[in-house]
Amino acid sequence: MPQNAEKILDHAPLFREPEYVEMLAKKKAAFENMPPSEEVQKVADWTKSWEYREKNFARQSLSVNPAKACQPLGAVFVAAGFEKTMSFVHGSQGCVAYYRSHLSRHFKEPASAVSSSMTEDAAVFGGLKNMVDGLANTYALYSPKMIAVSTTCMAEVIGDDLQSFITTARNEGSVPADFDVPYAHTPAFVGSHVTGYDNMLKGILEHFWKHRERQPGTAINIIPGFDGFAVGNNRELKRLLGLMSVEYTLLSDVSDQFDTPSDGEYRMYDGGTTLDSVKTAQDAKATLSMQEYCTTKTLEYAAEFGQETASFHYPMGVAGTDEFLMKLSELSGKAIPEEIRMERGRLIDAMADSQSWLHGKTYAIYGDPDFVFGMARFILETGGEPRHCLATNGTKAWEVQMQALFDSSPYGTGCKAWGGKDLWHMRSLLATEKVDLLIGNSYGKYLERDTGTPLVRLMFPIFDRHHHHRFPVWGYQGALRVLVTLLDKFFDKLDAETIEPGVTDYSYDLTR
Amino acid sequence: MSLDDYANDAEFHKRLIAEVLEAYPDKTKKRRQKHLSTAKAVDAPAEEEAPEAGGLTECDVKSNLKSVPGVMTVRGCAYAGSKGVVWGPVKDMVHISHGPVGCGQYSWSQRRNYYIGDTGVDTFVTMQFTTDFQEKDIVFGGDKKLDKVIDEINELFPLAKGISIQSECPIGLIGDDIEAVARKKNKETGKTIVPVRCEGFRGVSQSLGHHIANDAIRDWVFDKREIAHETGPYDVNVIGDYNIGGDAWASRILLEEMGLRVVGNWSGDATLSEIEHAPKARLNLIHCYRSMNYICRHMEEKYGIPWTEYNFFGPSQIADSMRKIAALFDDNIKEKTEAVIAKYQPLVDAVVAKFRPRLEGKTVMLYVGGLRPRHVINSYEDLGMKIVGTGYEFGHNDDYQRTGHYVKEGTLIYDDATGYELEKFIEGIRPDLVGSGIKEKYPVQKMGIPFRQMHSWDYSGPYHGYDGFAIFARDMDLAINNPVWGLFKAPWSTAA
Repeated sequence: MPQNAEKILDHAPLFREPEYVEMLAKKKAAFENMPPSEEVQKVADWTKSWEYREKNFARQSLSVNPAKACQPLGAVFVAAGFEKTMSFVHGSQGCVAYYRSHLSRHFKEPASAVSSSMTEDAAVFGGLKNMVDGLANTYALYSPKMIAVSTTCMAEVIGDDLQSFITTARNEGSVPADFDVPYAHTPAFVGSHVTGYDNMLKGILEHFWKHRERQPGTAINIIPGFDGFAVGNNRELKRLLGLMSVEYTLLSDVSDQFDTPSDGEYRMYDGGTTLDSVKTAQDAKATLSMQEYCTTKTLEYAAEFGQETASFHYPMGVAGTDEFLMKLSELSGKAIPEEIRMERGRLIDAMADSQSWLHGKTYAIYGDPDFVFGMARFILETGGEPRHCLATNGTKAWEVQMQALFDSSPYGTGCKAWGGKDLWHMRSLLATEKVDLLIGNSYGKYLERDTGTPLVRLMFPIFDRHHHHRFPVWGYQGALRVLVTLLDKFFDKLDAETIEPGVTDYSYDLTR
Repeated sequence: MSLDDYANDAEFHKRLIAEVLEAYPDKTKKRRQKHLSTAKAVDAPAEEEAPEAGGLTECDVKSNLKSVPGVMTVRGCAYAGSKGVVWGPVKDMVHISHGPVGCGQYSWSQRRNYYIGDTGVDTFVTMQFTTDFQEKDIVFGGDKKLDKVIDEINELFPLAKGISIQSECPIGLIGDDIEAVARKKNKETGKTIVPVRCEGFRGVSQSLGHHIANDAIRDWVFDKREIAHETGPYDVNVIGDYNIGGDAWASRILLEEMGLRVVGNWSGDATLSEIEHAPKARLNLIHCYRSMNYICRHMEEKYGIPWTEYNFFGPSQIADSMRKIAALFDDNIKEKTEAVIAKYQPLVDAVVAKFRPRLEGKTVMLYVGGLRPRHVINSYEDLGMKIVGTGYEFGHNDDYQRTGHYVKEGTLIYDDATGYELEKFIEGIRPDLVGSGIKEKYPVQKMGIPFRQMHSWDYSGPYHGYDGFAIFARDMDLAINNPVWGLFKAPWSTAA
């Protein structure tokens, strides 16, 4: 009998016990009708060949293991960064269950959002009634300060008009006349979650800015963008801004919302950008975006009011951080203090100490377009080569930006950006042109398994490792953490390869 | 093992319901109050020995109705019921999430349907295949794209035995004819192609998706090909075990030890063949009644295969269920079954001896899908724990009827509970443990109340069978008795 009360076996060892191994072999032989193992092996080898790679890249319609999500996820994420704001997603209810689960699994935190629960009758008659009743219920039950309305693809396909629906709901008393209900149409069949972030943020700004007169000021708005590391990153950003004494508003700050304490009280809402500061953010001198592809429309909108705008690609590492801080300094007129210069120096010191272990290492990187850019740029700074850079939601324009980055460094030779491709394409790349390390998210573990490429998780979503998002990857201190993460992976691998006593352990060095 | 009798505080629970309802606008209050109740004693004296003989209580709530907009229902959709639950685990088929990218992305690898296979080569469960609809597909229709996607799957994944098309919301709204595409591709390739009309707006929850998925098996898999299968005297199908964390394997080992031959397991670790030859079996054993009773009824009607419900959670129910199943076979099986029960008794005794003292009297609230809100109750009670509240996301009336066989008088019953209701009920009762889903986990834990996910087994499992019971007991102990719950208050804090 495999199980034992004294030493309880979990699923992994339990099903390796002889009784189960035999049972599963019998099941396979008698009932499954699976192809013979020689045939499976032949096909498995073929899927890793150049021939297969060519067929795989010739795909025109099928998407396999894409690395992107849909617009409303980004809308729910960005709305969570405003004071006491509840996301209300108009359309089918299952979508909202999915966004909440997805965010909770990454952050290990509550993720609240409501749905207008449209069903077949709403598909025929439209979802006005759902909006009217839904807003009333959300307002009564969850006492929000703002309800941010976005849409699922169902509502978009039938063409529900959010503006008029919300006006009707307001007139029918679902929410008070002056209650804030910004909205954005977020069709899942256009763009990805980064597009939804942009649309919802623009919707929120429009709601507060449209009928307001701008009084030009000196503060700077900063938009973090869709970021799985937002908890750590936004706090690091605020620390740097504090050190520089810059007057700023983060436009959507989820760092407290997705990192509430355990002290016996469940906080449905915590922190976030206050609604008052969203209003006055219109007066800012400039709006900076940490992620260009999350903010295309929002920045255009800010520029309409005469604000200066600038965007970055998930600034990471040395030059990325330098550039961001210098822009900030230029716009705010505040000098970069000595303390930050010291932090920079310490990062450079660490990079110099470890340079021999990273120089010439090859990488594959995938994720959102801005992240891939920022990550690749940092890798180039370590003397590494980001050979395969892939963004399912990356465009031709992104590929051009990436190529310019590769061209700027001798280590960029032989590197290529793949926009619009998925992780099944990445599998072919890794199988035919091996690299030392893969940088991505939890889904990358299947690539690690199939191609033997060690995975480092630095991109949303991370389901199978805990709490990394609570630490920053931005700023010089964040870069230090990324550096250590990469080094640990290489050292652990080297130790694993040299651990066999009397065989490889001559290289099992104490000091590296 | 005899169950200690206990009753819950019905009056207190009724007060909680009244308080919760006060928060709603009138119209919503009227709708929600029908879904909240307490279990009532049945008129007939509840003296029966076996729970099956008659209900202990009545759980009189409305169910399977539309969720109220804006209240934060926990429910999902028909697509989740079909792709996520019924079809997704069928391992040697490719399941296309047909429509925009999100549905497939969020449900990718989240159900923990364990399987053996070379993923991407002969099995495909933990992969996300999608037609990734763009605006032009919405405007011009997606049938041509679907046709091409099926060709590309056949070229790149030649060992896939078949393909299912899992419709997302837009498909039914833009008038695509996926059935025509399926017929055409089946003719061209000879492979099984199953169109499933599980658009997320259909029905009121996951539940209709289960039903539609069952119907798709009936209409697009059964009787389509010659099946070479010689029926033996003890052939059974296991229906409605999705092998979460290996549940179906921990069940199969017992059924085989009883002398039965499990010819098909639906749908955890299943192959298309296991579905195709199911109508040749002698008996259907159904675990998740809610999601697969439809196909059992069909097989009974069309092929004359009887079906019986069973419950492999916790030793009391396992032994009862094995005896109930054995009673449908000859003495050979009955004798073996007694031997199996006897064989595992020392394990059960050791697990109970180890954990019951640590769990005795602890109270539990459950809120799960369509089966577990009743099915896991006795496994808690076998450990001396008490169920104070339970409810279904997407149960029907027949589920609540069956729940009466399990819960004690006064138990709080909540159907399609809203986020608000759950929070207030849990806050009011402050049970020692809550068992629910990922969306509920963190709010509950923040309140300082231990929690276990009862959909995914919180990344543990199996929980079925005797081997699973040991893990279940260990997990409940580690959840409740972890020292972290005593660290919530800062020692300098003055609040009581």
